[in-house]
Amino acid sequence: MGRAQARKRNCQLAAEGKIDPMHQFTVDQIVPLHIGGYDISFTNSAAWMVLTLIVIGLFMWGGLKRQVVPGRWQVAVEGLTGFIDNMVTMNIGPEGKKFAPYIFTLFSFILVANLLGMLPLAIIPGYHAFTSTSHFSITGVLAIVSFSIVLIVGFWRHGLHFFSLFVPQGTPVWMLPLIVPIEIISFLVRPFSLALRLFVAMISGHILMEVFGSFIANGVSSGSPVGLGVSLVSFLFIVGVGALELLICALQAYVFALLTSLYLNDAVNLH
Amino acid sequence: MDLEAAKMIGAGLAAIGTGAAAIGVGFVFGQFLNSALRNPAAADGQQGRLFLGFALAELLGLMAFTVALLILFVF
Repeated sequence: MGRAQARKRNCQLAAEGKIDPMHQFTVDQIVPLHIGGYDISFTNSAAWMVLTLIVIGLFMWGGLKRQVVPGRWQVAVEGLTGFIDNMVTMNIGPEGKKFAPYIFTLFSFILVANLLGMLPLAIIPGYHAFTSTSHFSITGVLAIVSFSIVLIVGFWRHGLHFFSLFVPQGTPVWMLPLIVPIEIISFLVRPFSLALRLFVAMISGHILMEVFGSFIANGVSSGSPVGLGVSLVSFLFIVGVGALELLICALQAYVFALLTSLYLNDAVNLH
Repeated sequence: MDLEAAKMIGAGLAAIGTGAAAIGVGFVFGQFLNSALRNPAAADGQQGRLFLGFALAELLGLMAFTVALLILFVF
Protein backbone atom coordinates (compact mmCIF):
# COMPACT_ATOMS: atom_id res chain seq x y z
CA MET A 1 0.00 0.00 0.00
CA GLY A 2 1.37 3.41 -0.99
CA ARG A 3 1.92 6.09 1.63
CA ALA A 4 -0.64 8.51 0.21
CA GLN A 5 -3.20 5.73 0.00
CA ALA A 6 -2.48 4.62 3.56
CA ARG A 7 -2.78 8.18 4.84
CA LYS A 8 -6.12 8.58 3.10
CA ARG A 9 -7.38 5.33 4.58
CA ASN A 10 -6.23 6.41 8.02
CA CYS A 11 -8.12 9.70 7.78
CA GLN A 12 -11.17 7.88 6.45
CA LEU A 13 -11.14 5.43 9.38
CA ALA A 14 -10.74 8.29 11.85
CA ALA A 15 -13.71 10.10 10.27
CA GLU A 16 -15.89 6.99 10.60
CA GLY A 17 -14.91 6.59 14.25
CA LYS A 18 -13.50 3.09 13.75
CA ILE A 19 -10.43 1.98 15.68
CA ASP A 20 -7.68 0.17 13.77
CA PRO A 21 -4.87 -0.34 16.31
CA MET A 22 -2.72 -2.49 14.02
CA HIS A 23 -2.45 0.15 11.31
CA GLN A 24 0.43 1.97 13.03
CA PHE A 25 2.65 -1.07 12.52
CA THR A 26 2.34 -1.25 8.71
CA VAL A 27 5.60 -0.94 6.82
CA ASP A 28 5.24 1.45 3.87
CA GLN A 29 7.71 1.91 1.05
CA ILE A 30 9.28 5.34 0.71
CA VAL A 31 11.75 4.58 -2.09
CA PRO A 32 10.71 1.36 -3.90
CA LEU A 33 13.76 -0.73 -4.85
CA HIS A 34 13.72 -4.29 -6.22
CA ILE A 35 16.90 -6.19 -7.04
CA GLY A 36 16.81 -9.75 -8.39
CA GLY A 37 13.33 -10.53 -7.10
CA TYR A 38 14.13 -9.22 -3.60
CA ASP A 39 12.31 -6.24 -2.21
CA ILE A 40 14.95 -4.04 -0.57
CA SER A 41 12.94 -0.81 -0.64
CA PHE A 42 13.72 2.02 1.73
CA THR A 43 10.74 1.73 4.09
CA ASN A 44 9.47 3.88 6.94
CA SER A 45 10.96 1.27 9.29
CA ALA A 46 14.39 1.88 7.74
CA ALA A 47 13.86 5.64 7.88
CA TRP A 48 13.12 5.51 11.62
CA MET A 49 16.18 3.34 12.23
CA VAL A 50 18.33 5.85 10.33
CA LEU A 51 16.78 8.58 12.48
CA THR A 52 17.68 6.52 15.57
CA LEU A 53 21.30 6.35 14.42
CA ILE A 54 21.36 10.11 13.77
CA VAL A 55 20.00 10.84 17.26
CA ILE A 56 22.55 8.53 18.91
CA GLY A 57 25.33 10.01 16.76
CA LEU A 58 24.41 13.59 17.66
CA PHE A 59 24.14 12.69 21.35
CA MET A 60 27.57 11.01 21.40
CA TRP A 61 29.17 13.69 19.22
CA GLY A 62 28.04 16.43 21.59
CA GLY A 63 29.62 14.67 24.57
CA LEU A 64 33.02 13.73 23.14
CA LYS A 65 34.68 16.96 24.23
CA ARG A 66 37.13 15.27 26.65
CA GLN A 67 37.08 18.25 28.98
CA VAL A 68 38.64 17.78 32.40
CA VAL A 69 35.68 19.52 34.01
CA PRO A 70 32.79 18.07 31.97
CA GLY A 71 29.83 20.17 30.89
CA ARG A 72 26.21 19.02 31.20
CA TRP A 73 26.17 17.17 27.90
CA GLN A 74 29.43 15.37 28.56
CA VAL A 75 28.14 14.28 31.97
CA ALA A 76 25.07 12.77 30.29
CA VAL A 77 27.19 10.81 27.80
CA GLU A 78 29.64 9.73 30.49
CA GLY A 79 26.75 8.64 32.67
CA LEU A 80 25.42 6.40 29.89
CA THR A 81 28.79 4.84 29.05
CA GLY A 82 29.61 4.48 32.74
CA PHE A 83 26.28 2.76 33.37
CA ILE A 84 26.91 0.18 30.62
CA ASP A 85 30.54 -0.26 31.71
CA ASN A 86 29.41 -0.87 35.28
CA MET A 87 26.75 -3.38 34.19
CA VAL A 88 29.21 -5.33 32.05
CA THR A 89 31.95 -5.51 34.68
CA MET A 90 29.43 -6.48 37.38
CA ASN A 91 27.93 -9.31 35.32
CA ILE A 92 30.84 -10.65 33.28
CA GLY A 93 33.81 -9.58 35.37
CA PRO A 94 37.04 -7.89 34.28
CA GLU A 95 37.04 -9.81 30.99
CA GLY A 96 33.74 -8.22 30.09
CA LYS A 97 35.35 -4.93 29.06
CA LYS A 98 35.69 -6.05 25.46
CA PHE A 99 31.94 -6.72 25.19
CA ALA A 100 31.03 -3.26 26.48
CA PRO A 101 30.87 -1.68 22.98
CA TYR A 102 28.38 -4.31 21.80
CA ILE A 103 26.19 -4.03 24.89
CA PHE A 104 26.34 -0.25 24.60
CA THR A 105 25.24 -0.41 20.95
CA LEU A 106 22.33 -2.69 21.83
CA PHE A 107 21.19 -0.60 24.77
CA SER A 108 21.39 2.79 23.05
CA PHE A 109 19.79 1.56 19.81
CA ILE A 110 16.85 -0.10 21.58
CA LEU A 111 16.37 2.79 24.00
CA VAL A 112 16.39 5.51 21.33
CA ALA A 113 14.27 3.48 18.88
CA ASN A 114 11.69 2.87 21.65
CA LEU A 115 11.62 6.50 22.69
CA LEU A 116 11.37 7.81 19.11
CA GLY A 117 8.37 5.54 18.61
CA MET A 118 6.66 7.36 21.51
CA LEU A 119 6.85 10.76 19.76
CA PRO A 120 3.33 12.24 19.49
CA LEU A 121 3.54 12.80 15.74
CA ALA A 122 -0.04 11.62 15.27
CA ILE A 123 -1.20 15.16 16.12
CA ILE A 124 -0.62 15.85 12.40
CA PRO A 125 -3.49 14.00 10.68
CA GLY A 126 -2.34 10.99 8.68
CA TYR A 127 1.13 10.78 10.20
CA HIS A 128 2.32 8.65 13.09
CA ALA A 129 5.60 7.72 14.70
CA PHE A 130 6.89 4.28 13.79
CA THR A 131 8.53 2.06 16.37
CA SER A 132 11.11 -0.04 14.56
CA THR A 133 11.49 -2.29 17.63
CA SER A 134 7.81 -3.27 17.39
CA HIS A 135 8.65 -5.68 14.57
CA PHE A 136 9.84 -9.20 15.22
CA SER A 137 12.17 -9.01 12.21
CA ILE A 138 14.16 -6.22 13.91
CA THR A 139 14.22 -7.59 17.46
CA GLY A 140 14.78 -11.10 16.09
CA VAL A 141 17.94 -9.99 14.28
CA LEU A 142 19.21 -8.26 17.41
CA ALA A 143 18.56 -11.44 19.43
CA ILE A 144 20.22 -13.67 16.80
CA VAL A 145 23.32 -11.44 16.81
CA SER A 146 23.49 -11.67 20.62
CA PHE A 147 22.99 -15.45 20.55
CA SER A 148 25.63 -15.91 17.84
CA ILE A 149 28.15 -13.91 19.84
CA VAL A 150 27.43 -16.11 22.87
CA LEU A 151 27.94 -19.28 20.78
CA ILE A 152 31.10 -18.02 19.06
CA VAL A 153 32.69 -16.79 22.28
CA GLY A 154 31.73 -19.99 24.11
CA PHE A 155 33.14 -22.38 21.52
CA TRP A 156 36.18 -20.16 20.89
CA ARG A 157 37.21 -20.07 24.53
CA HIS A 158 36.17 -23.52 25.74
CA GLY A 159 35.93 -25.67 22.62
CA LEU A 160 33.64 -28.68 23.02
CA HIS A 161 33.89 -28.22 26.78
CA PHE A 162 31.25 -25.50 26.27
CA PHE A 163 28.64 -28.28 26.26
CA SER A 164 29.18 -28.67 30.01
CA LEU A 165 26.97 -25.57 30.22
CA PHE A 166 24.07 -28.02 30.03
CA VAL A 167 25.20 -29.85 33.18
CA PRO A 168 24.82 -27.64 36.24
CA GLN A 169 27.48 -28.18 38.87
CA GLY A 170 26.70 -30.71 41.58
CA THR A 171 23.84 -32.43 39.74
CA PRO A 172 23.33 -36.05 40.93
CA VAL A 173 23.98 -38.52 38.09
CA TRP A 174 20.49 -40.02 38.22
CA MET A 175 19.03 -36.54 37.61
CA LEU A 176 21.04 -35.96 34.41
CA PRO A 177 18.52 -37.45 31.91
CA LEU A 178 15.98 -34.95 33.23
CA ILE A 179 18.19 -31.89 33.74
CA VAL A 180 20.17 -31.94 30.48
CA PRO A 181 17.17 -31.77 28.11
CA ILE A 182 15.65 -28.98 30.22
CA GLU A 183 18.91 -27.03 30.12
CA ILE A 184 19.25 -27.54 26.34
CA ILE A 185 15.69 -26.34 25.72
CA SER A 186 16.12 -23.35 27.99
CA PHE A 187 19.35 -22.48 26.15
CA LEU A 188 17.76 -22.75 22.71
CA VAL A 189 14.71 -20.71 23.72
CA ARG A 190 16.91 -17.75 24.75
CA PRO A 191 16.99 -15.91 21.39
CA PHE A 192 13.22 -16.28 21.00
CA SER A 193 12.48 -15.03 24.50
CA LEU A 194 14.91 -12.14 24.06
CA ALA A 195 13.30 -11.01 20.81
CA LEU A 196 9.71 -11.73 21.85
CA ARG A 197 9.93 -9.76 25.09
CA LEU A 198 10.96 -6.51 23.44
CA PHE A 199 8.66 -6.90 20.45
CA VAL A 200 5.53 -7.74 22.43
CA ALA A 201 6.17 -5.10 25.09
CA MET A 202 6.38 -2.44 22.40
CA ILE A 203 3.44 -3.66 20.35
CA SER A 204 1.11 -4.06 23.36
CA GLY A 205 1.87 -0.60 24.71
CA HIS A 206 1.27 1.06 21.37
CA ILE A 207 -2.01 -0.83 20.82
CA LEU A 208 -3.20 0.27 24.27
CA MET A 209 -2.33 3.91 23.60
CA GLU A 210 -3.94 3.83 20.14
CA VAL A 211 -7.18 2.32 21.47
CA PHE A 212 -7.55 4.79 24.33
CA GLY A 213 -6.44 7.70 22.15
CA SER A 214 -9.23 6.76 19.74
CA PHE A 215 -11.68 6.65 22.67
CA ILE A 216 -10.79 10.29 23.41
CA ALA A 217 -11.28 11.37 19.79
CA ASN A 218 -14.53 9.42 19.35
CA GLY A 219 -15.96 10.63 22.65
CA VAL A 220 -15.29 14.29 21.84
CA SER A 221 -16.63 14.01 18.30
CA SER A 222 -19.85 12.33 19.51
CA GLY A 223 -20.67 15.53 21.42
CA SER A 224 -22.92 13.87 24.02
CA PRO A 225 -22.17 14.35 27.77
CA VAL A 226 -21.55 10.61 28.18
CA GLY A 227 -19.01 10.70 25.32
CA LEU A 228 -17.24 13.68 26.90
CA GLY A 229 -17.11 11.81 30.22
CA VAL A 230 -15.58 8.78 28.53
CA SER A 231 -13.04 11.09 26.85
CA LEU A 232 -12.06 12.66 30.15
CA VAL A 233 -11.57 9.29 31.86
CA SER A 234 -9.62 7.98 28.85
CA PHE A 235 -7.45 11.10 28.88
CA LEU A 236 -6.56 10.70 32.54
CA PHE A 237 -5.86 7.00 31.93
CA ILE A 238 -3.66 7.63 28.91
CA VAL A 239 -1.52 10.17 30.78
CA GLY A 240 -0.68 7.45 33.27
CA VAL A 241 -0.19 4.84 30.56
CA GLY A 242 2.09 7.23 28.65
CA ALA A 243 4.31 7.65 31.70
CA LEU A 244 4.32 3.87 32.22
CA GLU A 245 5.24 3.35 28.57
CA LEU A 246 8.25 5.68 28.89
CA LEU A 247 9.35 3.56 31.86
CA ILE A 248 8.80 0.35 29.86
CA CYS A 249 10.87 1.76 26.96
CA ALA A 250 13.87 2.24 29.22
CA LEU A 251 13.24 -0.98 31.16
CA GLN A 252 13.05 -3.19 28.05
CA ALA A 253 16.29 -1.72 26.69
CA TYR A 254 17.91 -2.35 30.09
CA VAL A 255 16.55 -5.91 30.30
CA PHE A 256 17.75 -6.74 26.77
CA ALA A 257 21.26 -5.46 27.56
CA LEU A 258 21.28 -7.14 30.99
CA LEU A 259 20.18 -10.54 29.67
CA THR A 260 22.71 -10.36 26.84
CA SER A 261 25.49 -9.67 29.32
CA LEU A 262 24.28 -12.51 31.58
CA TYR A 263 24.29 -14.93 28.63
CA LEU A 264 27.78 -13.67 27.69
CA ASN A 265 28.82 -14.39 31.27
CA ASP A 266 27.81 -18.04 30.78
CA ALA A 267 29.93 -18.22 27.64
CA VAL A 268 32.98 -16.42 29.08
CA ASN A 269 33.14 -17.90 32.58
CA LEU A 270 31.34 -21.28 32.14
CA HIS A 271 30.23 -21.99 35.75
CA MET B 1 -21.34 -21.09 17.78
CA ASP B 2 -19.78 -19.53 14.68
CA LEU B 3 -16.03 -19.26 14.18
CA GLU B 4 -15.79 -15.49 14.66
CA ALA B 5 -17.40 -15.61 18.11
CA ALA B 6 -15.26 -18.59 19.10
CA LYS B 7 -12.12 -16.64 18.09
CA MET B 8 -13.09 -13.69 20.24
CA ILE B 9 -13.81 -15.92 23.25
CA GLY B 10 -10.53 -17.77 22.72
CA ALA B 11 -8.54 -14.54 22.54
CA GLY B 12 -10.23 -13.32 25.72
CA LEU B 13 -9.38 -16.56 27.51
CA ALA B 14 -5.77 -16.31 26.33
CA ALA B 15 -5.55 -12.79 27.73
CA ILE B 16 -6.24 -14.13 31.27
CA GLY B 17 -2.59 -15.21 31.25
CA THR B 18 -1.44 -11.61 31.32
CA GLY B 19 -3.23 -11.16 34.62
CA ALA B 20 -1.42 -14.19 36.01
CA ALA B 21 1.87 -12.64 34.93
CA ALA B 22 0.87 -9.44 36.73
CA ILE B 23 0.62 -11.47 39.96
CA GLY B 24 4.09 -12.87 39.23
CA VAL B 25 5.64 -9.46 38.62
CA GLY B 26 3.98 -8.17 41.77
CA PHE B 27 5.53 -11.03 43.75
CA VAL B 28 8.99 -10.28 42.33
CA PHE B 29 8.95 -6.60 43.25
CA GLY B 30 7.08 -7.15 46.51
CA GLN B 31 9.51 -9.75 47.78
CA PHE B 32 12.43 -7.59 46.68
CA LEU B 33 11.11 -4.61 48.63
CA ASN B 34 10.32 -6.82 51.59
CA SER B 35 13.91 -8.02 51.84
CA ALA B 36 15.46 -4.73 50.72
CA LEU B 37 13.85 -2.93 53.65
CA ARG B 38 15.23 -5.54 56.05
CA ASN B 39 18.76 -5.13 54.70
CA PRO B 40 19.02 -1.94 52.65
CA ALA B 41 22.81 -2.20 52.40
CA ALA B 42 22.59 -5.39 50.32
CA ALA B 43 19.72 -4.21 48.12
CA ASP B 44 21.70 -2.38 45.43
CA GLY B 45 23.83 -5.42 44.66
CA GLN B 46 20.75 -7.50 43.88
CA GLN B 47 19.14 -5.18 41.32
CA GLY B 48 20.38 -7.26 38.41
CA ARG B 49 18.61 -10.32 39.83
CA LEU B 50 15.51 -8.21 40.49
CA PHE B 51 15.24 -7.25 36.84
CA LEU B 52 16.13 -10.76 35.70
CA GLY B 53 13.24 -12.13 37.75
CA PHE B 54 10.97 -9.38 36.46
CA ALA B 55 11.93 -10.16 32.86
CA LEU B 56 11.31 -13.89 33.26
CA ALA B 57 7.94 -13.38 34.97
CA GLU B 58 6.86 -10.78 32.44
CA LEU B 59 7.82 -12.94 29.46
CA LEU B 60 5.10 -15.48 30.23
CA GLY B 61 2.45 -12.78 30.31
CA LEU B 62 3.72 -11.40 27.04
CA MET B 63 3.51 -14.88 25.55
CA ALA B 64 -0.15 -15.11 26.60
CA PHE B 65 -0.72 -11.74 24.92
CA THR B 66 1.02 -13.01 21.77
CA VAL B 67 -1.28 -16.03 21.69
CA ALA B 68 -4.30 -13.71 21.96
CA LEU B 69 -2.98 -11.61 19.08
CA LEU B 70 -2.28 -14.70 16.97
CA ILE B 71 -5.82 -15.97 17.50
CA LEU B 72 -7.31 -12.57 16.61
CA PHE B 73 -5.23 -11.55 13.62
CA VAL B 74 -3.53 -14.61 12.12
CA PHE B 75 -6.10 -17.41 12.01
